[in-house]
Amino acid sequence: MKTRSQLASAATYLILAGAALLTLAPFAYLVCGAFKTRDAFFAAHFLPRGSGPLGIDWNGLTLEHLARLFTDPSLRFGVSLLNSVFYASVSSVLATLCAAMGGYALARFAFRGRGFVTALVLGALIVPAPLLLAPTYALIHRLGLLDTFAGLIVPGLAPAFGVYLFRQAIRNAVPTDLLEAARMDGCGEVRLFFEIVLPLCRPMLGAFLLITFIGAWNNFIGPQIILQSPERFPLAVAIAQVKGVYGTDYGLLMAGTLVSIVPVMALFIGLQREFIAGLTSGAVKG
Amino acid sequence: MSRARIYPLWAPWLFLAPFVVLFGVFMAYPLISSIGLSLQQTYGPGTSVSVGLKNYADLIRDPLFWIAVRNTALYTAGSLFVQLPIALGLALLLNRPRLRGRAWFRLIFFSPSLVGLVFVATLFGLILHEREGLLNAALARVWPAFPREFPWLQRFVMPALILASLWMYAGFNMIYFLAALQTVDQTLVEAARVDGAGPWHVFRHVTWPAIAPVSGFVALLSVIGSMQLFELPYILLGGPGPESRGLTIVMYLYQNGFETGDLGYAAAIGWVLALFLIGLALVQRALQREALS
Repeated sequence: MKTRSQLASAATYLILAGAALLTLAPFAYLVCGAFKTRDAFFAAHFLPRGSGPLGIDWNGLTLEHLARLFTDPSLRFGVSLLNSVFYASVSSVLATLCAAMGGYALARFAFRGRGFVTALVLGALIVPAPLLLAPTYALIHRLGLLDTFAGLIVPGLAPAFGVYLFRQAIRNAVPTDLLEAARMDGCGEVRLFFEIVLPLCRPMLGAFLLITFIGAWNNFIGPQIILQSPERFPLAVAIAQVKGVYGTDYGLLMAGTLVSIVPVMALFIGLQREFIAGLTSGAVKG
Repeated sequence: MSRARIYPLWAPWLFLAPFVVLFGVFMAYPLISSIGLSLQQTYGPGTSVSVGLKNYADLIRDPLFWIAVRNTALYTAGSLFVQLPIALGLALLLNRPRLRGRAWFRLIFFSPSLVGLVFVATLFGLILHEREGLLNAALARVWPAFPREFPWLQRFVMPALILASLWMYAGFNMIYFLAALQTVDQTLVEAARVDGAGPWHVFRHVTWPAIAPVSGFVALLSVIGSMQLFELPYILLGGPGPESRGLTIVMYLYQNGFETGDLGYAAAIGWVLALFLIGLALVQRALQREALS
């Protein structure tokens, strides 16, 4: 019996380690590819082997691709990086604020029309995003906002999913008695929200900020249809252009992909606890 | 328990206002206007003529649309029958008691889902390259009989897409299964073991019934997401690919609306997809209700 469970345990670790290796291999391939010279690229799939320290051919490695991304004026990668940071930050902060306020109103106030708004929020959850592409594009065109950051950001600031998540989080984390006590002490409604409600739902705040930031960072179809000027393109659109134009310059393409995913990875590793908790809270408790 | 209201009447509306206004303009209005749009033929966003139900009638007879439906259905089947079982398997392994390094494994498996589809597509464009790619080189080493220069992106587009999305989403779905497994009553599992039940029996009669609701939810989300596949084949193949093997419903919507400029036809495709997904969600909910009662 003992040996059998030991065998099962060893098999578990073996399978998990194998799966982890398969998961990490594309990342390793990407990192290595981004730093290999053109000649070394096809010589080895990961690091170029040679007679240098650690058995690596250090002359086969280069910062040339990374440098070219930011210095070649036809690539404008620095501008795209800034565009992505701007677009994802503004979108995520405003969408989170809008969702938290809406969720708070539905969770902690009794008013005429609450049932109707709640039904709208739940109904909107089942509308698939592609359905809205054509009519939203026509609307943005009519508003004169094509090829502007406003046309890209504003339509994404009313996330029904976020309002639903914050409604649940505030119901669980913000006691009505506390709100009433603060009001008795003369706390205004706006101060009440920013100084009591928001701090109490901090975990959801962090999770939703991260979810919306990553969503905006990785969004391709939105900027692809709304924007036309290359100087406004975020990384997702810029990398698609690099692939179209320099598709065979593998080193450059991998360096561009690496630069595009590192910020998101760093953010996630910093905030992963809150992120995973927020991700599953709606599914498992609900 | 009724209490006197001690906040001003306008307070809830102050907080709700940004959401309600934006929701009205950028969700409710486009949703309603898309019905009218789907009854028009447009040439870019400026000019349009009313054509009644012609877009829907054309769509039913459009061979490319049916190719897109078939491809999308194949990919969705791959998500359901290849990816989800692997995700569940990983979750079951990670849920074993006294496992070391659980947090690290979870982090590793989850991390690919943070990479945007466009970036996954550029990366897998190289990994799946028939001559220089990592995958064919690795397969040649572990399985010498595997054909050299296997044409993933020319002839085996669907397996290639399923493989890329397996890498990307298996860990994401694993998180949901893992969260569900952690709610399974361990005393029941122990009791079944003491009664002499093998691992399969424990899974079939104790674990599975407990995680079935979450599994249904994960399967629904997976189908909804898979049916909206666009960026992965669009970037990986630079379009629909050889013989339209990578054409999906949303790619066809995109091509018609934003390459040809017929927003009306695009809206009609959007509605067909939306009605199918909404119907599916309703069926799933009804099944869940029935299972509970």
